[in-house]
Amino acid sequence: MTELTTAHFLFLSAALFIIGMVGVLTRRNVLIIFMCVELMLNAVNVSFIGFAWEQNALTGQIFALFVIAVAAAEAVIGLGIVMALSRRLDTVDIDEVRQLRE
Amino acid sequence: MEWIADWLFVIPLAPLVAAVANFLLGRWWIRDRAHWIAVPAVGVSFLASVPAFLTVARQHEPLSQHLYTWIPAGDFRVPVVLSVDQLTAVMLLVVTGVSFLVHLYSVGYMHGDPGYHRFFAYLPLFVFSMVMLVLASNFLVLFVFWEAVGLCSYLLIGFWFRRRSAADAAKKAFIVNRIGDFGFGIGVLLIFVTLGTLDYAEVFERVGTLGAGTVTAIALLLFTGAIGKSAQVPLFVWLPDAMEGPTPVSALIHAATMVTAGIFMVARTHPIFVASPTAMLVVAIVGAVTAFIAATIAVTQYDIKRVVAYSTVSQLGYMAIALGAGAWIAAIFHLFTHAFFKALLFLGSGSVMHGLHDELDMRRMGGLKRSMPLTYWTFLIGAAANAGILPLAGFWSKDEIIVGAWVAGYPVVALIALAAAFFTSLYMFRAVFMTFHGEERFDRAHLHPHDPPWTMSVPLVVLAVGAAVAGFAGVPPEQGWFHRLLEPVFEGSAHHEVSLATTLAFGAVSTVIALAGLYLAAAAYVLGTVSPAAVAERLGPLYRLAYNKWYFDDVYQRLIVEPARGFATFLWRQIDVGVIDAAVNGAARLVVWTSQLWRRAQTGLVANYVLAIALGTVIIVGAYLVAGSNLFR
Repeated sequence: MTELTTAHFLFLSAALFIIGMVGVLTRRNVLIIFMCVELMLNAVNVSFIGFAWEQNALTGQIFALFVIAVAAAEAVIGLGIVMALSRRLDTVDIDEVRQLRE
Repeated sequence: MEWIADWLFVIPLAPLVAAVANFLLGRWWIRDRAHWIAVPAVGVSFLASVPAFLTVARQHEPLSQHLYTWIPAGDFRVPVVLSVDQLTAVMLLVVTGVSFLVHLYSVGYMHGDPGYHRFFAYLPLFVFSMVMLVLASNFLVLFVFWEAVGLCSYLLIGFWFRRRSAADAAKKAFIVNRIGDFGFGIGVLLIFVTLGTLDYAEVFERVGTLGAGTVTAIALLLFTGAIGKSAQVPLFVWLPDAMEGPTPVSALIHAATMVTAGIFMVARTHPIFVASPTAMLVVAIVGAVTAFIAATIAVTQYDIKRVVAYSTVSQLGYMAIALGAGAWIAAIFHLFTHAFFKALLFLGSGSVMHGLHDELDMRRMGGLKRSMPLTYWTFLIGAAANAGILPLAGFWSKDEIIVGAWVAGYPVVALIALAAAFFTSLYMFRAVFMTFHGEERFDRAHLHPHDPPWTMSVPLVVLAVGAAVAGFAGVPPEQGWFHRLLEPVFEGSAHHEVSLATTLAFGAVSTVIALAGLYLAAAAYVLGTVSPAAVAERLGPLYRLAYNKWYFDDVYQRLIVEPARGFATFLWRQIDVGVIDAAVNGAARLVVWTSQLWRRAQTGLVANYVLAIALGTVIIVGAYLVAGSNLFR
């Protein structure tokens, strides 16, 4: 059994981040995209924790807590937008929302 | 009366207050009460000038009052000092006195004009500027008010600006004057560069230290200003056109006061001219040519105001002759007498126009002697004074000028002046006879000419008395009261002894000449023994030359106006539209084209935007990793 290193944290973080980003780029359902954004935020949290573990310092962990708090606030706003979207346009498909086109 | 030295400021202040009040409140509040402010204000100015005059008439020393320091810049200081010596005092009396009479006359003449309050704002503003011009004690203040009177002249010529011809005449006056003023400005700068000061007294003291060439250049440049302002050849063309303004303006500004500013300025700066015989000769020649040309033009004109206007140009030429001959006192004496009779002649023509509903053409007048006796007699006195008939004002001063030119060693100039005197008498009596004698050629069914109301006739009478007796201020010639008064100002300047015999001889000759002109005019227009049309026919080209004003306007049109207009059109079409506008429009078109290109990127698909953000991040971070960090090394 190999020992746990910082690289393991970072590979996990990178994998989660890429999964999240690909989701954001490819999916059309707003809710899925929203979940993928959360995934990317948590990928960042993982790398914070990894560095905190390596440095044996609390700073990274505190940062992760902050990210969770901000993510919670973002979830409120994001879900609010999703609600407004579905009420006004009766859809959650991102490709049908093109009002910002020139 | 020493106290007046501390009260000199009242002289310019009173008209300034009137002007400002009528400017600010005239339109909504004062309206046709404007003269209640303007007339007394100019009256106050006149009353304040009298004690100043009496004081300097008795004492040698000039009066002066320091108002404030306008430009304090290191060693260079320009104070605004009002100073009154004998020359200034004479000018003050002429300016404020004639102004007062013209203001009074305007009350009747301008009655009912929609711009009444505007008129009574411009006119006191002019009085203020002119008074400051003569009170100035350094070249910079002189220059400022020199321009200010030009501005007032422009505003008043274009007073009826809705009329195209008036607006054009105003522009012409302003632009032509600008040419002269440009030379004047350079002259002032040259004085400052060479002497380092602009104060009259200091400049005159140090003139001797300059080289002959520099002094001549300064004198000629200053005289260029006088050529423009005092309507000398070749810049006189603006003055006859200036008659588009209201008649009181012609009387005050374009006859009695402003146009004499050039003569005054040369007299004021006489130490500079004395130092340069070349400049003096040029002044005398320009004056002689002006006097002669303008007199011949006046003989052929039919517009009564234009006849008087060309007469003004001609008389200004006489003054210039006197300046050039070093007969300074004679020049100022003629300025003094001319102010009376020329203002009188203009106000008289205004009175005729008033009676005939703005008729100007003398061919449609005639016989007004019966219906307008007061106007006739006053106009006759003015005309006789202008023609130099003994013993009226013009005779004494004009004769002195001719004698002055003779003894100064300019016999040709004196002979030209005598020839011009013949034409002067001819055109003046021609105007009198065509207007007031003979049959009534106007529309008698509709026009009922009559003498004007009292506000207009009082100035006529006062000026007629002045035109009749003002000449006695200079009697006996060369030793009169007027000469003794001005002696201190021109002390030590060129002065030629004149023998009594010369004076008498020239007096006799010029009287004969004036009577010859009178006789010819009478023969042509009253007795009918000479037919003017036949004479014109006989003289052919000479008559046409004079009738077309020696083609000055046409030559300027061809040589200056049209090329300038062509050049301006070229600048407009090629440079302005072709280069400047094209550059601006091109820049705008470039922006439009680029944004057309980039608007395609705005798809409205969130996925595209996110992809762009992600790719951008990858590229930026990647570039940082490759170039800036040591991760891959």
